[in-house]
Amino acid sequence: MLGWEFPPFISGGLGTACYGLTKAMGQLGIKVTFVLPRMVESKYATHVNLLTPDSQMSAETVEFGELKNVSFRTINSPLQPYSTPGVYQQRIEENLRQKHGGSATGTVIGGIDYSSNMYAEVQRYAAVAARLAENEQFDIVHAHDWMTYPAGAAVAAMSGKPLIVHVHSTEFDRSGEHVNQMIYDIEREGMHRADRVIAVSYFTRNTIISRYGISGEKVEVVHNGVESNGNWSLAETGIKKDEKIVLFLGRITMQKGPEYFLQAAKKVLEVMDNVKFVMAGAGDLMHRSVEMAAELGIGHKVLFTGFLCSEDVRKIYKMADLYVMPSVSEPFGIAPLEALENDVPVIISKQSGVSEVLKHALKVDFWDVNEIANKVIAVLKHPPLEVMLRNYGGFEARKLRWKDSARKCAKIYEETLVAV
Amino acid sequence: MASVCFYFQVHQPVRLRHYTVFDQNDQYFDDYKNASICRKVANKCYLPANRLLLDIIRRFEGRFKVAYSITGVLLEQLLSFSPEVMSTFDALAETGCVEFLAETYYHSLSFLYSHDEFVEQVNKHIDTIDYLFGQRSRVFRNTELIYNNDLAALIESMGRFDAIMTEGADHILGLRNPNFVYRPKGCSKLKLLLKNYSLSDDIAFRFSNRDWVEWPLTADKFARWISDVNGNGNVVNLFLDYETFGEHQWKDTGIFDFMRHLPEKILRHPDNDFKTPGEIAQCYEPVDTIDVPHLISWADTERDLSAWLGNAMQSNAIHELYRLEKKIKKTGDERIIADWRKLQASDHFYYMCTKYFADGDVHKYFNPYDSPYDSYINFMNVLDNLHNRCSGRRAALSV
Repeated sequence: MLGWEFPPFISGGLGTACYGLTKAMGQLGIKVTFVLPRMVESKYATHVNLLTPDSQMSAETVEFGELKNVSFRTINSPLQPYSTPGVYQQRIEENLRQKHGGSATGTVIGGIDYSSNMYAEVQRYAAVAARLAENEQFDIVHAHDWMTYPAGAAVAAMSGKPLIVHVHSTEFDRSGEHVNQMIYDIEREGMHRADRVIAVSYFTRNTIISRYGISGEKVEVVHNGVESNGNWSLAETGIKKDEKIVLFLGRITMQKGPEYFLQAAKKVLEVMDNVKFVMAGAGDLMHRSVEMAAELGIGHKVLFTGFLCSEDVRKIYKMADLYVMPSVSEPFGIAPLEALENDVPVIISKQSGVSEVLKHALKVDFWDVNEIANKVIAVLKHPPLEVMLRNYGGFEARKLRWKDSARKCAKIYEETLVAV
Repeated sequence: MASVCFYFQVHQPVRLRHYTVFDQNDQYFDDYKNASICRKVANKCYLPANRLLLDIIRRFEGRFKVAYSITGVLLEQLLSFSPEVMSTFDALAETGCVEFLAETYYHSLSFLYSHDEFVEQVNKHIDTIDYLFGQRSRVFRNTELIYNNDLAALIESMGRFDAIMTEGADHILGLRNPNFVYRPKGCSKLKLLLKNYSLSDDIAFRFSNRDWVEWPLTADKFARWISDVNGNGNVVNLFLDYETFGEHQWKDTGIFDFMRHLPEKILRHPDNDFKTPGEIAQCYEPVDTIDVPHLISWADTERDLSAWLGNAMQSNAIHELYRLEKKIKKTGDERIIADWRKLQASDHFYYMCTKYFADGDVHKYFNPYDSPYDSYINFMNVLDNLHNRCSGRRAALSV
C-alpha cells in the first residue's frame, strides 16, 4: 500500500482513513506493507517524532504496536497531501533553514519554479518505491490519492501485479474549477492505468466517471468507517459553560467552506446571543477568515484555535454542542463521524460523501447560509432535536466500521486477482 | 348473512411551506404545493373513483352502498382547488346510497390532548357535512382509527352517535373475529365496528404485490373470501384509504377494474349484501363487549401511536402545540385559531416519524420533507411565530 500520511503525521482525513483501513485489514489477516513519504519536521505533527531518517534515500521500517500484520516503509520526502506548489516551496525552505542550524535567514531560494520540483518529487517517490518493492512480497498494489499514483503504476509495472487506486479526493474537490493541470493529469493517468478504482463515496464516483472519463464498471464505492476511541468523560476536560458552542473543524480552505460558516454565524447571532463559534484547524484561508469575522462584526464571538492535535480535538468535541461541516465539495468527510462518536450532533453539507451514509444528520446546501443558520438555531433551541440527532446519529456512526470497509476492499482484491 | 361495509378515508393535509426562523409573516402554508397535490390526486383518484362508484350505484339501483369520511381540511382544499370533485361527491350524496361519517374536522389527535377541542372539531365537521351533503352523521371514526374505552365513552356521552369504528387489531379481539358488531366496554348504547384488516389490506396493500401468493387478486376470488365469512360473521368491514384507487395502487394495476366487477361477484351469493356503517349499527346487535384500555390505531404492524408520538420531537411538538390552546382561543382571532387547528393534522407529526427511517422505508407518501428532522424544525418555527402572534408581540418584519 502506498500512502502519504499516517497518524500522527497527518494534516487531514487521509491519514485517519489509511490508519483505520489498514488496522481493520490487519485484523482480517491481510498483510499490508505501507510505504510512506515522511518529512522530517511537519509543523502539524505535534507529537514526538518516532524516528529521524539519516540518509536521503534510505527506507526504514517503523512498527506500530496496535497494527497487526501491517509493516511500514518510509521514504524521506517532503510530500504533503494537500500541497500546492507554493506551500511546497515554503516547506522546502523551512527544511533548508533547519538544516542550516535553524537560522531564520537561511538560504535564499528564489526564482525557481517549484511546481516542476513537486512533479519531480512525485516521480522520485515513484522511483524509490519501485526499488523498494523489489525486495517485498505482495499480490496487489493499492495506492492512496494522486501523489502515490505514479509510484503505484511504477511498482505495478515492475512487479506485474494489479494496481488499485483509492480516491479519497480529487483535484476538483480541492481546487474547485481551478484545477492544477499537472495534478489532474497524474490523477487521470493513475485512474486509467489502474485495474480497479475505489471511490470513498458515490459523490466521488460520479466525479471520477464524469470528469476523468473512467468506465463506471471499474469504479467501486467503499465508504469510510469511524475509529472508536473509547469513552471519555466530560469531567476530564473540566469544562463548565453557559454558552453554546458551534464547531467548525477542518482545514480552513476553499473546499471546506469557512465563509459559509461565518455568514451563518452572523445570522445565528442576530437571533440568539449566548453562542460562540469555534473554528478549529489551519489553512490558507485562515487569515482571510479572521478578517471576515471582524468585518461581519462577530469577531468577539468567533474563536480560532489553529491546528489541533488529536487530544485537543477530543477536548473540543467535548465542549461542542453542534458540529457544522459546510463543505463546498467533500469526497467523504470523516470528521462528522468523529463528532458523532463524541456525542456531538452534526449539520453536514449535501455536497459530501458522508451524507450518503448518515440519515440522522441535518443536511444543507453549503451556499444556503440562511438554512444553515435556521438549523443551527433549531438544534440549540430545541433539546429534543439535539438529543435525537446525538443519540440516533451516534448510533448510526458507530455502525460504520472500518472492518466493513476493509472487507469490501478485500472483496475487490479477490475480484481483481481473479480477473488478472 | 355477510354484509359488506365499504368505508373510504378521504384526506389531504394542508402542508406547510418552508418556514425558517427568519420568516416573520403569517403565511404558513404552501398553497402552490397543496393545490398541485390536490389536483393530481383528484385526477388520478378522486374523480375516476367517484365516477366509477356512481356508475356502480346506479347500476345496482340501491343494492350497492358505500361510506366516506372526508376531512374538513380536504373539503376546504377541494372547494378552492378542485371544485369538480365536489360536484361528483354531491352526485354521490344524492343517490341515497352513500353515508358520510363524522370525524375531527382537522384530522387531529385532539382527543388525546383536549376533549373540549376534540368535541368542537367533531361538531364543526358534522355541521360542514350537513351543510354540504344534507346528512347528519350518526357514526364516528377517529383520526387514524385511534381508539380506547375512554373515546367510546366520550362519543356515547355526546348523544348523537349510534356507532364508532376502529381497527380490528388481534390483541383486542383475542380469539374473536372482527366480523360481528360489538359493544365498547363501559357503553350501553354505542356499537363498535371493527375493520377486517386482513381483507382490507388485501386490497389496500397487497393488490399489486407480485410476490404475494394470491396475486393476481381477482374480483371472483375476493368475493369468494367474502362469502366464506357466512356462518362465522355478519359483516365484513373494509376500511380503506380512498387513495388506494389510483394512487397507492396505480390505475395500471387494474384496481379500478377490480372494483368495477367486485359488487356483482359479491351479490351473486344470495346471502351477501352491502350496507353502510349506520345500517350495520341498526341491523345487528352486539355479540360481545370489547375492552380496549390502551390506545390503538390502524397504523403499521404495531397498531399503536408510535407513528405520530413515538419519538422525542413528535412528543415535544404536539405538547407545545396544545399548550397554546388557551392563549390561542383567548385571542378570539378566527385566523389564528384556524392556523392553530390546521397545525393539529396528524400528518405533521407523521412526517417527524423516525421509525423505519434508517431502513430507507420512510413514511413518505406525499411527504414534503427530506427528513423527519427538517419537518420538526419547520413545524417549530411556524409554531413559534403563531405563539408570537397571539401574544400580540409581532416581531419586526425583516424585509
